Amino acid sequence: MKKFDKERLLLGAAGPAIALVVAVLLTSVVLLASGKSPFEPYAIMLEQAGFADIQVLILNAAAGYYIAALAVAVGFRMNLFNIGVEGQYRLAAMVTAVVGAKVALPGALQLPLLVLVAALTGAFWAGIAGLLKVTRGVSEVVSTIMLNSIATAVIGYFTLPKVFGVQQGNNKTTGEMHDSGWFPNLDLGPAGELYGFVFVAVALGIAYWVVLNRTRFGFDLRATGASESAAAASGVNAKRMVLTAMLLSGAVAGLAGLPTLLNDTHTYSLSFPTSLGFTAIGIALLGRGGPVGIAFASLLWAFLDKASAELDYRGYDTEIAVIMQGLIVIAVVVSYEAVGRWGLRRQQQRVGKELAAGHVLGKTGAPGTSGETGTSGDNNDKEVAAR
Amino acid sequence: MHALCGENGAGKSTLMKILYGMQKPDEGTIAVDGQQVAFASPGDAIARGIGMVHQHFMLADNLTVLENVVLGSEKLHGIGAKARAKIVELSERYGLGVRPDALVENLGVADRQRVEILKVLYRGATTLILDEPTAVLVPQEVDALFDNLRELKAEGLSVIFISHKLGEVLSVADEITVIRRGTTVGTVVPADTTAKQLAELMVGSELPTPETAESTVTDRPVIEVRNLKLLGEGGRALLDDISFTIHEGEVLGLAGVEGNGQTELIDALIGLKGADSGTLRMATGEVGSAGEAAGEPEEITSWPTRRRREQGIGYIPEDRHRHGLLLESPLWENRILGHVTERPNSKGFWLDLKSAQADTRRIVEEYDVRTPGIDVTAASLSGGNQQKLIVGREMSHKPRFLIAAHPTRGVDVGAQAQIWDQIREARREGLAVLLISADLDELIGLSDTLRVIYRGRLVADADPADITPEELGSAMTGAASGHLEHPADESGAAEDRPSGETGDQPEKTEEAAAPEDEAR
Repeated sequence: MKKFDKERLLLGAAGPAIALVVAVLLTSVVLLASGKSPFEPYAIMLEQAGFADIQVLILNAAAGYYIAALAVAVGFRMNLFNIGVEGQYRLAAMVTAVVGAKVALPGALQLPLLVLVAALTGAFWAGIAGLLKVTRGVSEVVSTIMLNSIATAVIGYFTLPKVFGVQQGNNKTTGEMHDSGWFPNLDLGPAGELYGFVFVAVALGIAYWVVLNRTRFGFDLRATGASESAAAASGVNAKRMVLTAMLLSGAVAGLAGLPTLLNDTHTYSLSFPTSLGFTAIGIALLGRGGPVGIAFASLLWAFLDKASAELDYRGYDTEIAVIMQGLIVIAVVVSYEAVGRWGLRRQQQRVGKELAAGHVLGKTGAPGTSGETGTSGDNNDKEVAAR
Repeated sequence: MHALCGENGAGKSTLMKILYGMQKPDEGTIAVDGQQVAFASPGDAIARGIGMVHQHFMLADNLTVLENVVLGSEKLHGIGAKARAKIVELSERYGLGVRPDALVENLGVADRQRVEILKVLYRGATTLILDEPTAVLVPQEVDALFDNLRELKAEGLSVIFISHKLGEVLSVADEITVIRRGTTVGTVVPADTTAKQLAELMVGSELPTPETAESTVTDRPVIEVRNLKLLGEGGRALLDDISFTIHEGEVLGLAGVEGNGQTELIDALIGLKGADSGTLRMATGEVGSAGEAAGEPEEITSWPTRRRREQGIGYIPEDRHRHGLLLESPLWENRILGHVTERPNSKGFWLDLKSAQADTRRIVEEYDVRTPGIDVTAASLSGGNQQKLIVGREMSHKPRFLIAAHPTRGVDVGAQAQIWDQIREARREGLAVLLISADLDELIGLSDTLRVIYRGRLVADADPADITPEELGSAMTGAASGHLEHPADESGAAEDRPSGETGDQPEKTEEAAAPEDEAR
């Protein structure tokens, strides 16, 4: 029955679409309230998105968002809230930068080594939270938030000149990485350079989908997220699952800083972009935990970031984009819940109708099949008749 | 004192939630003191003098009794000396024996319950609702609680008492209302009724009788449980000294009022809870091979759930929504659930969606699951069809041992007959079944052997060929134990007496049912 599939797809798109419309409308209200044109900023931003150099910027920014959001989504899929992506990717980026500066292998070995280091660092940091949860029952929300702070302190220590740091003017850095560890960029001429890591991000998205939807492990993970009690009865070891999911989420999170590090800055410094991990939570929510949805959400986020820069020059505040991002997240949570419930109810009604009409799988229009799955009234009649 | 009786899921708690303003009725009226009322929130109910003592206590552990009681009603008597005086007065008047300065975390379960009752009284309640208050108590504490309740009654308060333990209800209530499947099926006075009549009301007996024809029991044991013991919080034994063997082709029926250890037994068998002591052994491999190949049943006590299920434990859970289905997932994913490591669902590490979906279609057709397709969510199906899908899924993996907990609960009559047929057929092919049911006719009709579980122990056994639901019902209340036989002169000595006091045993006592243990 393809029609149920199509409907599910439609419902899946309806949630974010409604959220976007609501967010745009509310942003317009804010613009009106501040006495400005409620529409022009959108026009400016859309116009910006037409320029090739902005498009490259958007794609580059989206790569990091995408990877970080995948990390969050791994947790979401089994009701784990890894708020610690922030700390995990920053710590991983710093450690990778240090390794990249100290170790000099040929590019074919150096790059895999750096990626591995980043993933392991992220997994290690998330694993602490996972271990605390399975052994001591500590909520992963609390522990990952705390680990974020600890990561900041650890990074501060390691970047001290007397440890691994290199002072460059006012900036503390980890020193320039060896260029065998620079990830190749795609030179697009005047439009700028596209991060090679964008392609890695796409590959990660595909891998994420395959693992979740096509492997036994993915099924167990999704089952745990859908119903912990049913998964336990089906033989999923809940504790091991929590730990595995946390490690996986952390490993992916560790890669989130690499587009910037390996393609652009080649060093970890005080000016390394932060709060990617928190943004990713909103993106993962907007993308509904699916790889395609998250890709759209990351692109949207990157678009709002990069295209809003122009607003400053046209007499608007760039914060409009931030307001919109915030509103989108709130609207998304509400609209998903509403659409989800509505969809489930609607499907139940439709299944009832289909059955009443005799469209039963394996039986072509068998008459008299309506009683059993019809309304409760039917059931009662039957029961009374059986007495 | 009014008791409300009914099976789990009969609607007791829903009714109480409506009375307490936590849920709104779609239709109908509530009258308090002859006045029609509508509660929008628990606050309204409290204002009308209705107070609720929940099954799970709502107390702050790190506060004192006094602080817990005044919490949220600081306006009534302040938080100081006046409040303390009021608490002491209430405690003395109703004989609750509550110390206002004790820390709640240092109190036992029974004391906490008294604090909950005091809390409700402090807020001026004249009608108390107690939701399964005895579930967490040991017998002596139950008696003490009943003394307290009688005290309250003597002072002119009304008590609504929710329970499915028949003996307790009979001993304490002035009037009993029985509900089943969301409707009132009768209101009785304890003086004119017996536990068996009450059990009949609760369970109902309008169903077609599930009778098995010839016996297919063999002498090849499939599952052997020895001295299984499971301790709950605080060292209370949830299961104690459970031993039984089920052979190929045998259905062992387990009768018992709910909450007497059935859920824990299932958890222990399936591996969700590790036994505190005792052993489980299971025959693995092909049906029929175990006996001839002289393969002794393997010890599975330490096996995790997945391994047990792979090796042939099928499971029809008592709460299919919580334990048997992913409601918002399509049917074919539900078909994979529980058997993700087995064919046709997976090949090695990878899922095999094509075969899983094809097999889902087969199950849907063979087991007559009424659905327009296999991509609809499980939640879209009616309860009976969900259950048929589960039965089909479990049977498709050729289990050696099937745990069937309330396999026909909430299932319409047609589906019920089908499920019975399938269990009977599998039994003929050598399946061992543990049947747990509240439907006594189902138990007697399907089982080859009957056991009765009461307070975590197997207290009685019976031959389904010569026992009536009434006799079984009386054993379920703890009033009879040992080997139950159908006596020539109607109804055994202990039958008509309410339980609670298991004094002398009926003459047929064979097993060491240890009456003094039962009273603990």
